[in-house]
Amino acid sequence: MDFSRRETIALGLGAVALSVMPFRVAASTEEVIAGFTGGADVADGGVTLTAPEIAENGNTVPITVAAPGAVAIMIVATGNPEPAVVTFNFGELAASQSAATRIRLAGTQDVVAIAKMADGSFVRATSVVKVTIGGCGG
Amino acid sequence: MGMNLFKTTAAVAGLALIATGMATKMTHADQGAKLIINGELTIPTRAPAPAHLEAIDEITSGWLYRTGETQALEMDDFDNPSFVFVDVALDLFDKADGSEGKACSSCHENVEDFAGLTASMPRVNADGMLETTTELVNKCRTERMGAEAWSYSGGKMSAMTSLIGLQSRGMPVNVAIDGAAKPYWDRGKDLYYTRVGQLDMACSNCHEDNYDVMIRADHLSQGQINGFPTYRLKNSKMNTTHGRFKGCMKNIRAQPFGQGSDEFKALELYVASRGNGLTVETPSVRN
Amino acid sequence: MASGVKPRVKVPKSAAAGSAITIKTLISHKMESGQRKDKEGNLIPRSIINRFTCTFNGKSVIDIKMEPAISTNPYFQFDATVPEAGDFVFTWYDDDGSVYDAKKSVAIG
Repeated sequence: MDFSRRETIALGLGAVALSVMPFRVAASTEEVIAGFTGGADVADGGVTLTAPEIAENGNTVPITVAAPGAVAIMIVATGNPEPAVVTFNFGELAASQSAATRIRLAGTQDVVAIAKMADGSFVRATSVVKVTIGGCGG
Repeated sequence: MGMNLFKTTAAVAGLALIATGMATKMTHADQGAKLIINGELTIPTRAPAPAHLEAIDEITSGWLYRTGETQALEMDDFDNPSFVFVDVALDLFDKADGSEGKACSSCHENVEDFAGLTASMPRVNADGMLETTTELVNKCRTERMGAEAWSYSGGKMSAMTSLIGLQSRGMPVNVAIDGAAKPYWDRGKDLYYTRVGQLDMACSNCHEDNYDVMIRADHLSQGQINGFPTYRLKNSKMNTTHGRFKGCMKNIRAQPFGQGSDEFKALELYVASRGNGLTVETPSVRN
Repeated sequence: MASGVKPRVKVPKSAAAGSAITIKTLISHKMESGQRKDKEGNLIPRSIINRFTCTFNGKSVIDIKMEPAISTNPYFQFDATVPEAGDFVFTWYDDDGSVYDAKKSVAIG
């Protein structure tokens, strides 16, 4: 298999990363977002992401996202081993373009919400969520 | 807390975790917040400490030490993930199991009839033995249903004790500590204050000497069990008292007592009594 | 089929025609992420619910693509328009091919 230069460097970095991180690194955040946007520009604003400033436990972090006029919203956890979290596709009987769920965050990171608007444009919002380690190991 | 502060500073390395840098009282939770469930059931989360508890003036529910987001989860019976396990228990309640072909509901027509039980457990039975709700359930199963006992803190038992506990929700915790209960209570109290494990810590070191203090990023509570079984965000399932005792002991790197053991039963009685006057919150949500 | 999977949905029993209602759904499912290791150090394979849909009288309300970062016991809250009396159908699709569903009827009133 031929590796591009970028892939070779990434593989090398990945090998280093593997030795320090307990998880395997899958698709990158950029790739996940590009998969959703098709590489289009993403402007800021137009979507609201509500997430706790400090997550009581990284296992279960409640988040809410809203983007009036969106057809779909994708959530990406930029610091997770697999950055893709969830994609909400709103149907014709959705009364609002908003949804809430609970997600897993592997550590302190930026959580990004990207909304695809009805006119095909994309907007984003970012929240930093601090994920803490409990006291006595737990 | 002044007297205990002296004891605390004289203690061993385990407490360095608390002493280094994070001993400032950081309250992520709004400790003035009110616990109102489904917009209608108000649950007091503070009460005067019972007479036997000298070191603390006011007893507080673990709910007060959690972040606003976690607190919100307990305030709605749908947002509270415990209730899917209550549903599981309701199914089990009606399901025939064992050689006698009976379900719980064959004898216990309404689960509501269990109101008040959890608020008074554990308690000494007619044979003079300290008994927990879990043991009552397994006794019914093995002796009257001809069914196999459920694992002490497994999915089915934790769901069932959550369902039973729910029937006492809103009622004051009131376990007997005198008469036949006294020897068990004394033993439980002794265990509570005994240092164990590699970290050489007792329950009291965190839950009496240092509640409301941060241990790394955990906000220490008084270690009350009025909300057990509880749905913990950490493992996304119902956690029982003995399960939690075991986890705490492992955190101190001690060899835990067995679930359902005399030690844990006595400890459960003592810890429950430290919450006499608090309100049953089962099934609660914690971190 | 993953064992012990139980859905739980909250839908008002009735609504005014054309109004918006809030729906909450939960399903007990481990959502094994594929990141955890067993005692021997082997990766436990991923086994999650990967998709959730809600329809009303056959029309789509929401279609959610789920990844392993959705917490155990997946929870969703969203809003739906109720144009007429009818049925909400909730469907969860498991990696292992199982499909779980729940149905709630709504009256107009």
